[in-house]
Amino acid sequence: MSEVIVITSGKGGVGKTTTTANVGTGLAKLGHSVVLIDTDIGLRNLDVVMGLENRIVYNLVDVVEGNCRLKQALIKDKRYNNLFLLPSAQTRDKTSVSPEQMKKLTDELREEFDYIILDCPAGIEQGFKNAIAGADRALVVTTPEVAAIRDADRIIGLLEANNIGRTDLIVNRLRMDMVRRGDMMSTDDVVDILAITLIGVVPDDEHIVVATNQGEPLVGDDSMAGRAYMNICHRILGEEVPLLDLDVSDSFWKRLAGLFKKN
Amino acid sequence: MGLFDLFKKNTSSGTVAKDRLKLVLVSDRAGCSPEIMEALKNDIIKVISKYMEIDTDNLNIQITQTESDTTNGFVPALCANIPIKDVIKAGNKDRRQTT
Repeated sequence: MSEVIVITSGKGGVGKTTTTANVGTGLAKLGHSVVLIDTDIGLRNLDVVMGLENRIVYNLVDVVEGNCRLKQALIKDKRYNNLFLLPSAQTRDKTSVSPEQMKKLTDELREEFDYIILDCPAGIEQGFKNAIAGADRALVVTTPEVAAIRDADRIIGLLEANNIGRTDLIVNRLRMDMVRRGDMMSTDDVVDILAITLIGVVPDDEHIVVATNQGEPLVGDDSMAGRAYMNICHRILGEEVPLLDLDVSDSFWKRLAGLFKKN
Repeated sequence: MGLFDLFKKNTSSGTVAKDRLKLVLVSDRAGCSPEIMEALKNDIIKVISKYMEIDTDNLNIQITQTESDTTNGFVPALCANIPIKDVIKAGNKDRRQTT
């Protein structure tokens, strides 16, 4: 049975697109057929994070308006042939698509794919309403910062009001060194405040920037972020995986090993 | 927890962030818009003014949280700080009107 997952946050810049790319690629890596939909109309980004920006011919709005068939707009991933991207339109705005049209689109995709993952735009307006319209469950991404958590709380309330079946939390860009100093809220603090189930913690990791530069999601590699994202994928599949011990990430030996590996 | 931890906890910005967030979210979740709060404030002034003279400029009403008496944890509470200028008792009022 296929599942439609929306990845949302309220606040911009907390890592929705990176999370979408990595979770989608991870699920594909684990053998599931996956389609990623960029629902941020006018601010297209998922294509560059996936490294597929040069292959776009048709987009989400073309599909909805009937300018092309759905199959024509789907771009196959560079590395996995069971992973596809439906890019957003860059020259249109949020009002070009309605929640009803999105619902119809995701239902159509359910026939073909195990997982339909929607990258939601920031904000709580039409773009958000479009993205959640056909979703079975949501992953709320937040960073351990006051503004991001406040917005996440608002989003969680709106998801509940819209009867989204299940909502899980991803705490992104955690810096254990700062948490240890008491200068950053811990995962427990964030979970305590937002009171929803935690599905993963992703440490702040330079490898993410490198991976985004190259347009190749790092999920499943041996970086801390790569492992954290892979664990999230396993948990989405219902497996019980213990949380990564992030303290290891900045141990002296690990860092030293990392130095040698790069050269 | 050691003595130093106790000391640190008072100053760490992570704790400050958590406490501030908790307060902000209480009023966010209560869903009281500034307009509703303003209307509520005006109504409270109207009622209290019937019985006593209050300092409306320094009046402060906000939604905060308070420790619950029954359950463990915090519950939202409406906190009003209303400075009284003069208590107008019914008897006093009558006397003023007659003289």
